[in-house]
Amino acid sequence: MTNAILAEGLVKRFGQTTALNGVDLAVRQGTVLGLLGPNGAGKTTAVRILATLLRPDAGRATVGGLDVVRDAHRVRGLIGLTGQYASVDESLTGSENLRLIGRLHGFDRGAAKARAAELLRDFRLEDAADRAAKTYSGGMRRRLDLAASLVARPQLLFLDEPTTGLDPRARADVWDIARELVASGVSVLLTTQYLDEADQLADEIVVIDHGRVIAGGTPDELKRQTGAQTLAVRPALESDVDKVRAVVAELAASPELAGGVVTAQVTDPTVLPVVVRRLDDAGVAIAELALRTSTLDEVFLALTGHRAEQEEEIRA
Amino acid sequence: MTTLSAAAPRVRPLAGVGQSLSLAWRGLVQIRHNPMELGDLSFQPIMFVLLFTYLFGGAISGDPQAYLPFMLPGIIVQSGLMATMNTGMGLSIDLHKGFFDRLQSLPIARWAPLAGRVISDTVKQGWSMFILLATGYAIGFRATQGVLGILGAFGLMLAFALLVSWFAVFIGTIAKEPEQVMMYGFTAIFPLSFLSNAYVPTHTLPWWLQAFVKINPVTQLSDAMRGLLTGGPVLDHALYGLLGGLVFAVIFAPLALVRLKRR
Repeated sequence: MTNAILAEGLVKRFGQTTALNGVDLAVRQGTVLGLLGPNGAGKTTAVRILATLLRPDAGRATVGGLDVVRDAHRVRGLIGLTGQYASVDESLTGSENLRLIGRLHGFDRGAAKARAAELLRDFRLEDAADRAAKTYSGGMRRRLDLAASLVARPQLLFLDEPTTGLDPRARADVWDIARELVASGVSVLLTTQYLDEADQLADEIVVIDHGRVIAGGTPDELKRQTGAQTLAVRPALESDVDKVRAVVAELAASPELAGGVVTAQVTDPTVLPVVVRRLDDAGVAIAELALRTSTLDEVFLALTGHRAEQEEEIRA
Repeated sequence: MTTLSAAAPRVRPLAGVGQSLSLAWRGLVQIRHNPMELGDLSFQPIMFVLLFTYLFGGAISGDPQAYLPFMLPGIIVQSGLMATMNTGMGLSIDLHKGFFDRLQSLPIARWAPLAGRVISDTVKQGWSMFILLATGYAIGFRATQGVLGILGAFGLMLAFALLVSWFAVFIGTIAKEPEQVMMYGFTAIFPLSFLSNAYVPTHTLPWWLQAFVKINPVTQLSDAMRGLLTGGPVLDHALYGLLGGLVFAVIFAPLALVRLKRR
């Protein structure tokens, strides 16, 4: 499988600050790469370099096989950029915005108009087509932003924090749109601070902090990579909890009891059948038995030493 | 891939012109959704002409009708100079709202966003100047140098504004928020436009102020404008005024372009 985006050793400095300090990335064709990191980690700088808005100080990157510096103009013909740093003109209507971008892509007047109408319909903005974008709700604005980046049917899409500040329904809308695009073969580089967003959309995740890649892999690999899994057992009879605790203690260190549930951290997923067998041998009826992986929140905390959500508060 | 990209095609100049015109269209369509801007462009010129004529005319020239031919060319230069700040303001808004980045991510000529903005702002400048002249006509101003004189006045004003707008573009790139553009702009342009003979004859000023007023390009341009509209020497004043504008462009164009590239 070929790479839609490939970056090697990207470095970018702004004065004394090193925003990117040797970042490698690869987005495989037709997949979503989630670029995860707290504010100021360098996510947006990476996107801006790959979208030809910034030149890297060192390293190289190709998008669709084209070098982002030497072949910047042709790269721009392949990509769509959406998110916090690529908005629409608020004083134009939705339709005018999309027509303008169509014209700038070289569409003639009729084609630009037709494409705008098509996108407005697909993104449920028909009724607002002739209203200035500044009157749109947050969710509508984001849908228009997305539509604007899709005018020329890019094969490669940058979604830079596409749902920051949106309510849950509007977020789900954006996610649906992203999934449809990926299903139609578009490759996506998604940056986000929301771990559930990366979990929902990304095939692979790269975690960056302070301009460096600190972890990478599929969401499941990442969850396995850091932090153990959690085993939880609830006996049918509350009087059995001590027996349960004894069985679990044989297999995992320091089981805890809370609300009739015995939990313990385990590293070996094969303990599950063993637990079932031994509890059965001990004659304990089980009401609930689960082995769940760590959440991405826990992964993020383990990797960066701070929770992602804290950054949100600083921002707001 | 390597053979394909070896050509490294860029935007053809003609395509760049088309893109600039599309973006100029955008600048003009904005007016429809922003009545404030229409007010700035149309009502403000009317108000200023009436205000200056009837408020200061008697005090400065003894009679508003005597003041009007002196003042109107001056106010054209001054309001043209002030209006260049709109270019900086619009650019600053685009930079902060992220629309500029959207444009930069499109396969268009790098100069098209700026060119488009300047084209639409030049049209707006022309419109404002037309309103100024029309208001002047309504209260008794008459251009005596014919159609060529009027066309020359438009041409001179727009050329000067175009040169000075590089200063506005630079301000637009350094302002931390769009509101700052007006603040910086007025701080620089207010003294420049008032310390001239746009509104008052030079000989009424103290000698040290006269020294500055005489070398101010706004003075020279106002005199050239008077020549083109109501008669008198034009060429030297016009060249001197444009030279002043050129100094703005030579200093601020490179600074502005560096700022835009380094963002």
